[in-house]
This record gives sequence, C-alpha cells and structure tokens, in this order.
Amino acid sequence: MMRIALLGGLYSNYLALEAALVDARRRGCEAIYCLGDLGAFGPHPDRAFPLLHEHGVACVRGNYDDSIGRELADCQCGYTDPRDNHFAQLSYDYTLANTSPANRAWLRSLPGEIRFDLGSYRVLLCHGSPRRTNEFLWESTTSTHFLEHLADEHEADVICGTHTGIKWRRDLAGGRMFVNVGVLGRPENDGRTNVWYTLLTHRRHHAPRDGILEKSLALCDPPHAKREDYGEIVVEFIPIEYDHQRLAAEMRAQRLPEEFIETIIAGWWTTCLEILPAKERRRGRW
Amino acid sequence: MNQHSPTDQRPWIAIPHLDHLWFQVAGTLCNLTCAHCFISCSPKNDSFGFLSLSDVQRRLEESVPLGVKEYYFTGGEPFLNPELTAILIETLRYGPATVLTNGTVLKDEWLTDLRAAEDASIYSLEFRVSIDGCSPEMNDPVRGAGTFARAMKGVAKLVQYGFLPIITAARVWPIEQDRAIVDRFLEVLRDAGYARPRLKILPTLHLGAEETRTHGYLPSERVTSDMLDGYDQSQLVCHHSRVVTDRGVHVCPILIESHGSVLGQTLSESLVPFAIEHGACTTCYEYGAICSNASSQPLGQEALG
Ligand code: SF4
Ligand code: SF4
Repeated sequence: MMRIALLGGLYSNYLALEAALVDARRRGCEAIYCLGDLGAFGPHPDRAFPLLHEHGVACVRGNYDDSIGRELADCQCGYTDPRDNHFAQLSYDYTLANTSPANRAWLRSLPGEIRFDLGSYRVLLCHGSPRRTNEFLWESTTSTHFLEHLADEHEADVICGTHTGIKWRRDLAGGRMFVNVGVLGRPENDGRTNVWYTLLTHRRHHAPRDGILEKSLALCDPPHAKREDYGEIVVEFIPIEYDHQRLAAEMRAQRLPEEFIETIIAGWWTTCLEILPAKERRRGRW
Repeated sequence: MNQHSPTDQRPWIAIPHLDHLWFQVAGTLCNLTCAHCFISCSPKNDSFGFLSLSDVQRRLEESVPLGVKEYYFTGGEPFLNPELTAILIETLRYGPATVLTNGTVLKDEWLTDLRAAEDASIYSLEFRVSIDGCSPEMNDPVRGAGTFARAMKGVAKLVQYGFLPIITAARVWPIEQDRAIVDRFLEVLRDAGYARPRLKILPTLHLGAEETRTHGYLPSERVTSDMLDGYDQSQLVCHHSRVVTDRGVHVCPILIESHGSVLGQTLSESLVPFAIEHGACTTCYEYGAICSNASSQPLGQEALG
C-alpha cells in the first residue's frame, strides 16, 4: 500500500495547512503535494512557506503563484464580474506586498505540473487543467468524454487539479479518473467551516492465481498495467477542522475584506459567485 | 475561401480542441423580430430550419470521440422547436447544456420536465435569457412592444422552477453607462423575485438587422495577422467552438450567414483553421469571449511551464 496527500489551494490559510499536514502524517502518507495557489484570500502569506519546506511538500505552480512570483498586475484568476475583480484585486495587492522576495523567487521555480507513478497508475498533478493553469473544471460543466480526451492527450491515468475551490471526482474508462482535490484555503460554500484535502491510496491486489480472477482484476486496471502490479487507487476526501476563528481575527487585524472573513466564519462564499455554474451556485447561499 | 496555407499573411485561427459545440436548433425562426438581431431572425425567416432530435443525437454521438466539453443551443428562439425539451434532456446525458432564449414562450410542462432532467443529471442546464436593458423604455424599442414584461415573466417562471437564468443584455446604450445600468438591472431583477440574479453584458454585433439599426462594419475594420501578435486567441469563439445548422458545420454562431462559413459536413472536417477577415471578427477581437458562460470563460494565459 502506498498513500499520498494532495493539498489544493492554500490561499494563505496556514492554520488549515498545519492541521492538514498533521492529519496526513498521522494517516501514514509517504508524500505530500500541493497543487498551487499558495497565497490569496487569507492573512500573512509568508507563513505557509516554512511549513511546506519543513514537510517536504512538492508544489505545482498555480496562476496566483505565477502572478506573485513574477509580480504581475493581477492574479489571472479569470473572473469576469467587476465585483469579483474588485475583491480579487484587494487580496492580490495585499498578498503581493506581504510575500518576501525569497518566497517570490521560490514560487517562480515551481513546475507547471508534477508526474509520478502510483503502482501502475500514471498520476498527473496540475492546477486548473493539464492544458491550462487557470482553466475551471467544474463538476457540472465538464463532460466525461472531455476528461477522457485530457487523459489520452496528456498520457495520464489519474489527473488531479484544484483551482475551482470545490472537490469532486469522475471515474473514466479503464480505471482512470479525474479528481479535483478541493482546497484548504476556504470552506467550499456549503455552510460548514471545515476545509478539505485528498488522499490517494494505491492498494495492491494479490497476484492473480487463476484465469477468472485475472479477468476480473484486469477490468479495474489501467490498460498498460504490468501483470505483477494489479491494484486499485482509492480516493478519499478528508475534512479538516482548524481554528477558523483565529484566522478570521487575523484577517480582520490585517484589514482584509469583511466579505472574505464572513466566508471563513459562515462557510458560504460571498464573492467570486459569477463564475459558478448553475448547479454549484444553487448549492450555495448567495 | 478557407484554404489555409502556412505562408500567407491572413489572420488564421486554428482550433486546438473543440470545447463548445453549438446547435442552431431553431434555425433563423423566432417569435420576435429584434431590431439588433445579428442574423435577422423573425417568424418568417426560414433560411435556416429546425434541427430534429435525431440530427442532434447524431451530432452528440459524433462529439464523444472528439471530447467536446459543453453544448450550447441557440436560434432564433430555440423553444419554437417542438423537440427542444427532448433535445435538452438527451443532451444532459452527454454533457452540460446551455440554451439561449428570449424567455417569452416558456411553458410550465417543459420546465417541469427540464427541472427533472437537470436533477437527474450530473450536468448543469443553463438558461440564458436576452433582455436588453432594465426597463421597457430601454428594451422594447429594440426587442418589440411588451417584450420586457413578457421576458421578465419568463425569468420569474424559471426562478420558480429552481433555475438561475443568466440574463444577457446587448449593450444598446453608451458603454460609459454600464455600471449604472448593471446596478439598476440587478435591482429590477431582485424586485421581480430573482434573489441572486446573474447578469452578462454583451457588445452588439453590427450584422443583420443591427446593420440597419446602427451601422455595418467599414472595409477598414478588419483584424490583420499583425494584430494577432501576442493576442490571446482563446478569447475568440472560433478558437474552441463550431456550430451545427441544417446546412452543415459552420465556424461560429455569429457568421452562419456569411459566405465560406460552412467548414464541413462532419465535426471532424470542420476543425480546420479559419481566417478571421469578417467585420464582426473585429468585435470578437475587441471584446473577447462573448458567447460562453462565465463558468467556462476561456480567459487567461496558456499552460504555464
Ligand atoms: S435577437 Fe434573439 S429574440 Fe431577437 S429576433 Fe434575434 S433570435 Fe429572436
Ligand atoms: S466572428 Fe468571431 S468567432 Fe466568428 S470567425 Fe470571426 S472572430 Fe471567430
């Protein structure tokens, strides 16, 4: 068995990051990855970096990291509504001003994607989608055959992304899958204060002993699976409770927008609502 | 002529992937005759006809191996097509569907069926309702007498069935007034019972009836290949979309009436570069992403790293 932890956007929520790292170690994760967007939204952007280094977390570069690293004028989040852009700009300016030159340089060094094998599964970690860092892949607006196409095109069995802020997964043909790992940065618009990260566990099956077993195992394995390496990937979404009242107090002390603080305390999104598709929007309050 | 030769200096736009498949599902037939309609739809304009459920089914099947991400339905008025409800229900088995309507002909029995279909699907069914301004005084001169009230009734009905329609307004006012009109519009929608209104402002396209209402494009208003230097082509509809009509597969929903816009009879045939040399292309170039929903706006940089 091999288990890894996948952390989505941190948005400077270093308190949730701390809690998730402890949780992942306790669950026996052998490696921890972050899928990008380290800054934004929350207070004290520099506080997440030492935690990531200490735990050897390999990170993908998100659009926010790209912007902060290169000191661009905005976060490249792709919002279209003026109100969304207003709030996005406030937190971007704050995050840029409070990220040290050394951390900015480190952000510039991050790769656009990370690939590795889990058993016989080729895993691809990206931020938005494998083809574009800031592409929104929402559960309700992404067809299954589009995901199949991405898996073929990018030669991966398990594609993992974040960026939208809401976790979901879709099973694809041949045991392949797409997983949005959720985010640690803020609650996911469900009226709860917890945030989420994702565990991937590879479970090895015993070597097939007879033809029948072999056949049934072959059904759940990727097409290129090596004979000795039958196994499956189990995806688990893990809720993380953290001291959200403390985060809210720190955000207030840093004069971050009340709208953001409300999201941390109440668990409902108050900004960036225009980018939500109908189904996801309906589940929220605003 | 749409013959791509790598050496010529025309503003060619390739299509790296077919993300959005559009259906001109009601052809050019519409119950309204808006003064700014860029394909001059009307109750009498049958130059493009309806697509049948089986036409759409065939295209949906064709779209699967191409990995199409989302489906869009337009006209004319899509709900004039008697098979539209069945078409949308079928589409929701394949992927997300968005229908562009003027909101004036919606019937309860259709919305009951569509509510059930969206609930049963993992995909969103989006409604986009065109209302051009926040009052009858703004909207009706363009869309016809009484259409503001009728469309607002349609919005209320959609909300009653649990949909969250995206109201799209063509900018029939000076751009400087955008902020004030958006704020007023949101207020009007809330007063009409739509608690969390979604609103999108679109530029007008100087084609079809709009050419007479205001003006067409000057011969000098053209995108040149130089202008594509450093330009984010993913902003353009033709960079990631094609539209099916009863004549074949066209480059984009905007140019269906233009000579040379049919790129093939199959979806695969249509995935060739197109030279964006039409007047309307300058509007796309200037405003970008005018046809997609905000949730799938192809904005921003290409893949990093
Ligand atoms: S703009 Fe829309 S509603 Fe108006 S005539 Fe054209 S298709 Fe019909
Ligand atoms: S009108 Fe717009 S979408 Fe159509 S070909 Fe021209 S640039 Fe492309």
